[in-house]
Amino acid sequence: MSEPRMVEVRRKILKENDLVARRLRDRFHRAGVQVISLVSSPGAGKTTLLERVLTDLGRDHRIAALVGDLATENDAARLARFGAPVKQITTGTVCHLDATMVERAVETWTLEEFDFLFIENVGNLVCPSSFDLGENLRIVLVSTPEGEDKPLKYPTIFNTADAALVTKLDLTDVLGFDLDALIQNIQLVRPGMPVLKVSVRTGQGITEFEQFLLKRRSTLESAPTV
Amino acid sequence: MHELTIALNIVDGALEEMQRRGISQASAIHLRLGRLSGVDKDALLFSYGVASEETPLAKSRLIIEDVDVVVLCSACGSERPIESFPILICAECGALAARVVHGEELEITGMEIDG
Repeated sequence: MSEPRMVEVRRKILKENDLVARRLRDRFHRAGVQVISLVSSPGAGKTTLLERVLTDLGRDHRIAALVGDLATENDAARLARFGAPVKQITTGTVCHLDATMVERAVETWTLEEFDFLFIENVGNLVCPSSFDLGENLRIVLVSTPEGEDKPLKYPTIFNTADAALVTKLDLTDVLGFDLDALIQNIQLVRPGMPVLKVSVRTGQGITEFEQFLLKRRSTLESAPTV
Repeated sequence: MHELTIALNIVDGALEEMQRRGISQASAIHLRLGRLSGVDKDALLFSYGVASEETPLAKSRLIIEDVDVVVLCSACGSERPIESFPILICAECGALAARVVHGEELEITGMEIDG
């Protein structure tokens, strides 16, 4: 048998998920809805933040939310109290949301009716980073009790996010938390990423955060159609 | 653990490239894999064996070339390696990266055909 022959190929592997995400992003864009996903460890405060944002932005904007967990409808029940359409995606044993789950969940909604759609991912700092959900803005939450070095330990999730939000800011002193060190670590793994800070309990930083979301929405509106 | 999905997409992509070139069997598929791709090499190699079962690639090997991170430095303006993974600062001058140039690759670069 002769030597094996090498055939040169140049093919980027587009995951099936990327194709669905692309389709979703296009659909979101045409509907004029700003889609924001939240990723973090379990317990960083995604649902608590959403409760506050649904209340505040819900006064002047039409908002819907999707929440992902392995099991229970608890988060959807918590958020439904604020009057916004909410759907729980239970993933069973799957550790992240994927674009197909999102596509299925929004199937019966008329997206044109919403200004904002929030997607709360499964609490996990690893797997969600590899799954584009078609969102316009991905925010990674990191709470003060988690420690300053989370970005160095889980760089990929920070790398795929568009903004970082430090939560539970009111615990900074109690924990002896070094906020500057966290911000520096975020910049080391994702240079230039905007970092916002909130405490939902005291309300600190909430206005700035909501202004940030509104500003991103106006940027989206003026963007040319894809 | 999402490497099995990616392995299935690699097999599908390779089979399509083979079909386009009228190739019926390949003994190896070459892949470039960046360190920032979020894909675990060992898990991918294992998954490839499962994903290629009962396809024309069943007996083929997946040969992975690791791609190190290269950034465009915000200070010196050159393309440089980084100091230490995963910190995106220029190994030469220690400044933050403006953007990632290499390290996110996930692409098929070649196929070995038995002569």
